[in-house]
Amino acid sequence: MKTCLVVDDSRVIRKVARRILEDLGFAVAEAADGADALAWCATAMPDAILLDWNMPGMNGLEVLRRLRLEPGGAAPKVLFCTIENEIDRIREALTYGADEYIMKPFDGDIVAGKLAMAGAL
Amino acid sequence: MTPGQRVLVAGLCADRAGLRVDPEKAYLLENRLGPVARREGFSGLDDMLQTLRDRGDERLVWAVVEAMSPAETTFFRDPQTFDAVAAEVLEDLARRRGGQPLRVWVAACGAGQEVHSLAMLLEERAPAGLTLDLCASDLSERRLEKARSGIYSQFEVQRGLSARRLVRHFEKQDDNFVLSQRIRQMVRWRRVNLLEDLTPFGEFDLIVYRNVVGAMLETARGQVLGNLTGALADGGYLVTGLGDAAPGLTALPGSNGVHRAGTAGRAVAA
Repeated sequence: MKTCLVVDDSRVIRKVARRILEDLGFAVAEAADGADALAWCATAMPDAILLDWNMPGMNGLEVLRRLRLEPGGAAPKVLFCTIENEIDRIREALTYGADEYIMKPFDGDIVAGKLAMAGAL
Repeated sequence: MTPGQRVLVAGLCADRAGLRVDPEKAYLLENRLGPVARREGFSGLDDMLQTLRDRGDERLVWAVVEAMSPAETTFFRDPQTFDAVAAEVLEDLARRRGGQPLRVWVAACGAGQEVHSLAMLLEERAPAGLTLDLCASDLSERRLEKARSGIYSQFEVQRGLSARRLVRHFEKQDDNFVLSQRIRQMVRWRRVNLLEDLTPFGEFDLIVYRNVVGAMLETARGQVLGNLTGALADGGYLVTGLGDAAPGLTALPGSNGVHRAGTAGRAVAA
């Protein structure tokens, strides 16, 4: 079974994302901040990561930068999932090595489509 | 809406555009027609439908029929179809047509996602030296207006469009995303009812007709497919939805909805 880590400081968002991802056949883990996410990845690298941008402490971009430096950190498909919806921000995320980008609000179709485009389904 | 009003509307849709509208779907009918009544200045749906029945004015009839024609689609729907078009169809046509521009028609283009997907694909990976005359049609003038504007909501640009294509081809405009002028200017737009005689439009090398097939009545479906097949140049291609039949044409292998017309005097390689 493929694994997906949901990184978001909102419990509600994590819950919504978990339901969608489980319906798509993923085993889901949750992290409430960047440090937590990196700790999770150091233990078991997930197949995919749904990553919020604005979080207390480390932001999503920094999480992504550090992840890609980790051993095996190039492997997970990283999809930003954020309220940030400016083209420059999306471009920046892609430059940092994000595979796809979801703008909130999202629904199941968008998540499924973006996971497919990232090659994570 | 009364059952009688719903049957009236379903009948008009069938007669004028071959559309299959289920008169039992009261919610769908009211949802689509409510905005038309407001836009046309009626006090309500009843008022508009009364006028429609009493006077049958053509402009109002079409406003109603157009509102009932299907609109929903996404960017790059059925990616394998686009792959086949890029890898096989365009290569083949470019080879056979020499330096001649290819004539391409996206029929029933809805809000434009399909023709814009094709235009993006061509901009990204058209075979060298290929020039092209790309046109799109729809039954609904209002939908053509929206398609022509190239303005899509945040929801729309997240359906089928990759983040890479979004940053490459779109700019943010208030809460929406607008397609670049470079892509938009590749497309010419025209209102066409596919049940009508299509011969004045000439012959096409590639016709894409994927969106409304399921919403057509059986007889109208056959007529439209016949009309479009008749508008294909020798060895031209018709792209349908996955699993849609195209009588008289040869389906390319790979179940991608791509069909090829025969070439006069030469057998078609399947």
